[in-house]
Amino acid sequence: MNNQRHERIARAFAHGKAFIPFITGGDPSLEVTKKLLIAMEEAGADLVEIGLPFSDPIAEGEVIQEATYRALSAGCTTDQLFDMVKEARETVKIPLVFLTYVNSVFSYGKEAFMKRCVECGVDGLIVPDLPYEEKGEIRDVCQEYGIAIISLIAPTSKERIKAIAQDAQGFIYVVSSLGVTGVRQEITTNVEEMTAMVRQVTDVPCAIGFGISRPEQATQMARVSDGAIVGSAIVRMVGEYKEGCIPAVAEYVKKMKEAVRAAE
Amino acid sequence: MENGKYGVFGGQYVPETLMTAVHEVEAAYEKYKADPQFQAELADLMKNYAGRPSLLYYAEKMTKDLGGAKIYLKREDLNHTGSHKINNVLGQALLAKKMGKTRLIAETGAGQHGVATATAAALMGMECEVFMGKEDTDRQALNVYRMELLGAKVHSVTSGTMTLKDAVNETMREWSRRVDDTLYVLGSVMGPHPFPMMVRDFQKIIGKEIKEQIQEREGRLPDAVLACVGGGSNAMGAFYEFIPDASVALIGCEAAGLGVDTEKHAATIARGSEGIFHGMKSLFCQNKDGQIAPVYSLSAGLDYPGIGPEHAHLAKTGRATYVPVTDEEAVSAFEYLSRVEGIIPALESAHAVAHARKIAPGMSKDQIVVVNLSGRGDKDVAAIARYRGVELYE
Repeated sequence: MNNQRHERIARAFAHGKAFIPFITGGDPSLEVTKKLLIAMEEAGADLVEIGLPFSDPIAEGEVIQEATYRALSAGCTTDQLFDMVKEARETVKIPLVFLTYVNSVFSYGKEAFMKRCVECGVDGLIVPDLPYEEKGEIRDVCQEYGIAIISLIAPTSKERIKAIAQDAQGFIYVVSSLGVTGVRQEITTNVEEMTAMVRQVTDVPCAIGFGISRPEQATQMARVSDGAIVGSAIVRMVGEYKEGCIPAVAEYVKKMKEAVRAAE
Repeated sequence: MENGKYGVFGGQYVPETLMTAVHEVEAAYEKYKADPQFQAELADLMKNYAGRPSLLYYAEKMTKDLGGAKIYLKREDLNHTGSHKINNVLGQALLAKKMGKTRLIAETGAGQHGVATATAAALMGMECEVFMGKEDTDRQALNVYRMELLGAKVHSVTSGTMTLKDAVNETMREWSRRVDDTLYVLGSVMGPHPFPMMVRDFQKIIGKEIKEQIQEREGRLPDAVLACVGGGSNAMGAFYEFIPDASVALIGCEAAGLGVDTEKHAATIARGSEGIFHGMKSLFCQNKDGQIAPVYSLSAGLDYPGIGPEHAHLAKTGRATYVPVTDEEAVSAFEYLSRVEGIIPALESAHAVAHARKIAPGMSKDQIVVVNLSGRGDKDVAAIARYRGVELYE
């Protein structure tokens, strides 16, 4: 844990409940993604998840799938995304993590990928199709380069939660609902029970994602965890306003940050 | 070879939400695999419902015409629902029933696996939903209606390239929404462990029968076993029993579409590279960023950018070889077998027939080639007519 990237992630949770927005890298363009990173930090985001577009995002609902296709059609490549993060890092100080499917890391070359993470300022990876049992795929190389692997726990995890939590780094992504990403009217899972199980074995912070879009949902989720993650609601805004999305997203992030802080 | 790994290939690369479900299937399969009553029920379904054992037919006219090795056809096309897919589906549906599941979901390309799943669901009184790429619901409209007739709900998938890989994506997403009462009946030797192993086990009856039947007819093993390969279930089923028999060449025939030197093919072993997708580490057609390639084959059942992990392993170790066969060669073999033997093969299976036409003439008359005729070609008649420029309305 003793390295600068892990510490940067820990700082996101050090000053109160965290608000974590997700955006798809390269949608509608890398230039807009860079501006969004800067604007979201200013608006109070504590950590940003950047989706590395993959042709077949099996854990995503329609909104993020479509953003992914837009980014790929615009020609976004892994190298370009890294370059953009490097440029953004000239001003952005909050932790940045990639949400990437394992094939993007594997095909880039695991070692080369981690080197680029270090060089460009990517602090951790969320890999939705790399469950606990397969973490060995990238564990050693992530360790070597000090890149945190953010683990996910789901409503179906149950007795798996302890093992996953014991092994967790950075923060734990608590998946609030069954199914794929997307806005939900109501979150019916007993997430409090999930975070309580995590707490029995580790102090690594828990942030809840999947389905959150409204401030009151964010407050409610932050109350039983260390933060809230919002993806589809923001990605939908980007899809709607395109190049002009920055003020709307910044305002939304500000409002949501206030909502998670209201949980304290 | 077990624990879900085949050399470096295989594994369980699925979202956390699905891990409990995957483990549940794994545990149930291990339990029922060793249960004599389960095996007896399955054997009864195979015999009295699917119509097994399927015939091993000596294609005498084809043999004489090609003038080389003796050619036998393993007639999986004669199974109920018209292909080898029923072998796997009956196994998985029976397992689902034992697990207390009430709903089956499945992906399908050409529609053969969807039809088989809908059939098993009807037989066992289960709900069934099938996901099929929009391109395929358009080109296989008859199979869509067939599934509906059997009581299944068919979803036309409009994401991505709207073909088989997208149908798999959508079925995985659906499974993660509803895992408690639902089993994802995967149609090929692919996906996360235990599916590649389980589907192979349900299909290995093909090779087992071939071995018994050829011993009875010829008193010896064949020199080569040929099968088409998309995900690879009929090939894995035909090959498996022969893996220890080094004298038997195992040859998988991949869809080369317009040719492996064009961008329009689905030849994973010839042109793919190692990757991790659809729950498994295997070989995939992809670009340097790991974006899965939009593959192409005239045959919807082979139009898939990956291959089962055990095939990737057999290719890597050299135990099996894989050859590309173009659309044109497959269509020509489709017409050839229809005229010479009076058997209309599935366009997928015609890829294997095409390769037999290439190699048999160069072999001696006392050698034996077995071609796995994985399905019948009724579903392809309209597509072949269109390919040949004939306007045909179903």
